[in-house]
Amino acid sequence: MLLSSLLQDAPAQTTGYMIAGYTVIFGVMFIYLVTLITRRRNLHQDLEMLEDLQRKDKQP
Amino acid sequence: MESKPRLLTIIDAVSVTLLVVATGMVFFYAPMEAVMGQVQRVFYFHVAAGWVGMLGFLVAAVAGIVYLRTGRRNWDTIGLSAVEIGMVFAFINIVTGSIWARPIWNTWWTWDPRLTTATIMELIYAAYLMLRQGLEDPDRRARFGAVYAIVGFISVPLTFFSARLFRTIHPVVIGSNQPGAEGAFDMTPKMLQTFLFSLLTFSFIFVSLLWHRVRLGRLAEKVEQIKLKVAA
Repeated sequence: MLLSSLLQDAPAQTTGYMIAGYTVIFGVMFIYLVTLITRRRNLHQDLEMLEDLQRKDKQP
Repeated sequence: MESKPRLLTIIDAVSVTLLVVATGMVFFYAPMEAVMGQVQRVFYFHVAAGWVGMLGFLVAAVAGIVYLRTGRRNWDTIGLSAVEIGMVFAFINIVTGSIWARPIWNTWWTWDPRLTTATIMELIYAAYLMLRQGLEDPDRRARFGAVYAIVGFISVPLTFFSARLFRTIHPVVIGSNQPGAEGAFDMTPKMLQTFLFSLLTFSFIFVSLLWHRVRLGRLAEKVEQIKLKVAA
């Protein structure tokens, strides 16, 4: 395929692959960011719940 | 709740700005490659993602050494965070490489030395994350993680130099004019500027993500400690 491209005057038509590549790059980065935010939110919820439990335990 | 440091906010803002500018340079500043066409533009972020992957594994190895010397749990959190981020970006690197290979090599995948060593590297660190999950004792887990990150790091230079050490069809980007390098890769000045700018951008993204991930790790430790107190 590379050889046939060399014999052509115009560059190979590879726009679809470029779009796919950048979709993966931004998609994976976005998913990782979402997991970081979700994990942080869940931990904050756990922390609030545990602190509530601790307060209730201290009350007579 | 721990407030977000001002420096982290600045690094976040700089990272996002750099990413926007780098994306603009990739699509509007760098010229289209004469033979490969548009798919060559994947190269800029493909290499930058590979760089961040290897940087993450390097940070994990250094954190492992420091943990073994000092015994401070903070270094274990840094090591784990760096491996996690390194894996995400190494994955991007492998998948985008496969997408680039389809029109250029006429195949999605080939067991070329560079591709094989990169996959082994990714699997070694996937095993690191899985094996850590199996250890209950935090000190044992941290010691295991430190030793594993140091030993596992052998796969990083092996991956980097595989395109020089073995016969491979993978292009050599850094040092492509060396006699041993197969598949020379010449860039125009605009391509080189875009490439270097992408490396800088991804380095900032790495610092930003690492800081966020370490903060998350510290929060998780705090929750674990309170859980133990409540259970006692």
